[in-house]
Amino acid sequence: MGGKAATKVGQSGLDKKTLLDFLHQMLLIRKFEDKAGELYARGKVAGFLHLYNGEEAVAVGAVSALEPHDLVITHYRDHGHAIARGLDVKRLMAELFGKATGVAKGHGGSMHFFDASLGFYGGWAIVGGHLPLAVGLGLASNYLRKNQVILCIFGDGGTNIGYFYESLNVAKLWNVPVVFLCENNLYGMGTAHHRASAIREVYRKAAVFDMPAERVDGMDVLAMREATVKAVAHARGGGGPYFLEAMTYRFRGHSMADPILYRDKSEVEEWKQRDPIILFQQRLREEGVLTPQDLEQLERETDELVAEAVKFAEESPEPPLSDLYEGIYANP
Amino acid sequence: MPMITYREALHHALREEMTRDERVLIFGEDVVAYGGAYGVTSGLAKDFGEKRVFDAPIAEGVIAGAAVGAAMGGLRPVAELMTINFALLAADQIINHAAKVMHMFGGQMSVPLVIRAVGGGGAQLASTHSQSLEPMFAHVPGLKVATPATPADGKGLLKSAIRDDDPVLFIEHALLYRVRGEVPEGEHLVPLGKAEVKREGKDITLVAYSRMTLVALEAADRLSQEGIEVEVVDLRSLRPLDMETVLASVRKTNRALAVEEAWRSYGIGAEIASRIQEEAFDYLDAPVRRVSGVEVPLPYAKNLEQAAIPDAQRVMKAVKELLARTGV
Repeated sequence: MGGKAATKVGQSGLDKKTLLDFLHQMLLIRKFEDKAGELYARGKVAGFLHLYNGEEAVAVGAVSALEPHDLVITHYRDHGHAIARGLDVKRLMAELFGKATGVAKGHGGSMHFFDASLGFYGGWAIVGGHLPLAVGLGLASNYLRKNQVILCIFGDGGTNIGYFYESLNVAKLWNVPVVFLCENNLYGMGTAHHRASAIREVYRKAAVFDMPAERVDGMDVLAMREATVKAVAHARGGGGPYFLEAMTYRFRGHSMADPILYRDKSEVEEWKQRDPIILFQQRLREEGVLTPQDLEQLERETDELVAEAVKFAEESPEPPLSDLYEGIYANP
Repeated sequence: MPMITYREALHHALREEMTRDERVLIFGEDVVAYGGAYGVTSGLAKDFGEKRVFDAPIAEGVIAGAAVGAAMGGLRPVAELMTINFALLAADQIINHAAKVMHMFGGQMSVPLVIRAVGGGGAQLASTHSQSLEPMFAHVPGLKVATPATPADGKGLLKSAIRDDDPVLFIEHALLYRVRGEVPEGEHLVPLGKAEVKREGKDITLVAYSRMTLVALEAADRLSQEGIEVEVVDLRSLRPLDMETVLASVRKTNRALAVEEAWRSYGIGAEIASRIQEEAFDYLDAPVRRVSGVEVPLPYAKNLEQAAIPDAQRVMKAVKELLARTGV
């Protein structure tokens, strides 16, 4: 774990509205994921579906540190990051349904969410493959003086492939404003991190490239925000790349196809004691920020948003068959 | 029109496009001090500054991936991979990312980028440095593949590739850099996806691209002395593929021979032959044939390597066999 005591809500300098918004986002992600899983079981959602339950604090805390003109680029477990970035959950659900109103017009599915208008540059499904893209986006930010920071999110499984080392090396050489954020949920699919990586602490792999690298408690939304604010300021200030390793855990399987034979139920239960949503609620209550009425309202709002999203997705049209042949080239 | 080399023509294209558009930048292996493995970028870093022309480590995955990212970020990168053999290390980025962004994300973004790489054999570089891998990339929807044979086409296609909003794999040939030809000065654009009849003839159509266009032209010259009039169609781009020009020629000559340096199986020649029989079967007086690279890893020894790569002799022999089959 991060080793630090959890940040006191009162020390965060955030107002009640912001704090409750964090809780709103985390609840929305959890409910969206639970509903998506349910709809998958009912055959409404197909393909691969990788749920984000348990990791909500990482997305919400980290993405909250960005400015609107910054960019997020992430891996295939992308629902949480998309919701935290403010993508319309109706269009996200429609994408899962393979509908024309989806964020990628139904071409991408769960793993390929994208909304250029909100600086959400995908959803990429080749493990580690989008790290070089983040370097290129950072290069463009510097070259065109956009003052953008690129938040590049990937899992522990993405830190053993060549792309990881190539990208960190070039990111440092070219001094690009990229915050690399590893979500270390301890498993690459069903292989434990320590069985795949000779170095257990991922942040140490980054430190050798002479960039600041640290571990953060990924179950603590305020710790995630605090660390990312610092990392973003470093990158925006011309300091080059910054590396964060968020220690987290996925409560559900790798995908819906996962029978979860590789980890003990007791381990899962232990991590669920540190459910980031429950922890955050407790702290907000203890410090008098969250009333029962507030929570009831947040629960109701997020339930409604998910219900509306499902209704929207159900009622949306399928993509026209012409989509099969169009839009492959910008200059056909 | 000035006579310049293929290398100089490509250099001019880069220089002109960088001057025209500040979003054009070059990065890749050895592009600064070394001037590019084949000297194409020589002097550009000095003239445009290292903000616009800079070296990357020997790490093809991040070179190609950073090009995709830079294009998504609003630039028009020209990435240099040294050789097409090394593009295998970047194939994931080229095929899984560059070719997919436009369609997979519902048309929100295109990736205007050019990846330059040298292909082909004939320089005794042995099997890992002599391959013609363009069919692999031409197979992929979402990519464009250009394979210029002459200095003029090199310049015109590269300028078009840089201006194009889609990802273009630009494959130069290792043995062409010193070849000279007339090249228009200044604005000279050759559209992607447009073949050209490089020599007119009435007896048979040779369909070629890259250096094999020159081999086909040499064969045509020599056959002409024997009274056989060969038409040579240079594809110039493999995707998009201009079949109209090929079919128009075949409808005139009624015979076709594809000439390719790449391996025979599942190749460009196979595609051409298939499309001709699908779309112009009734015009054919003989089956479409292929002269292709011999299906072996290219060896180092000069005699073995030359035996593996098509030359004018083999092309002439195939032409004569085709004509003998039906009579002219």
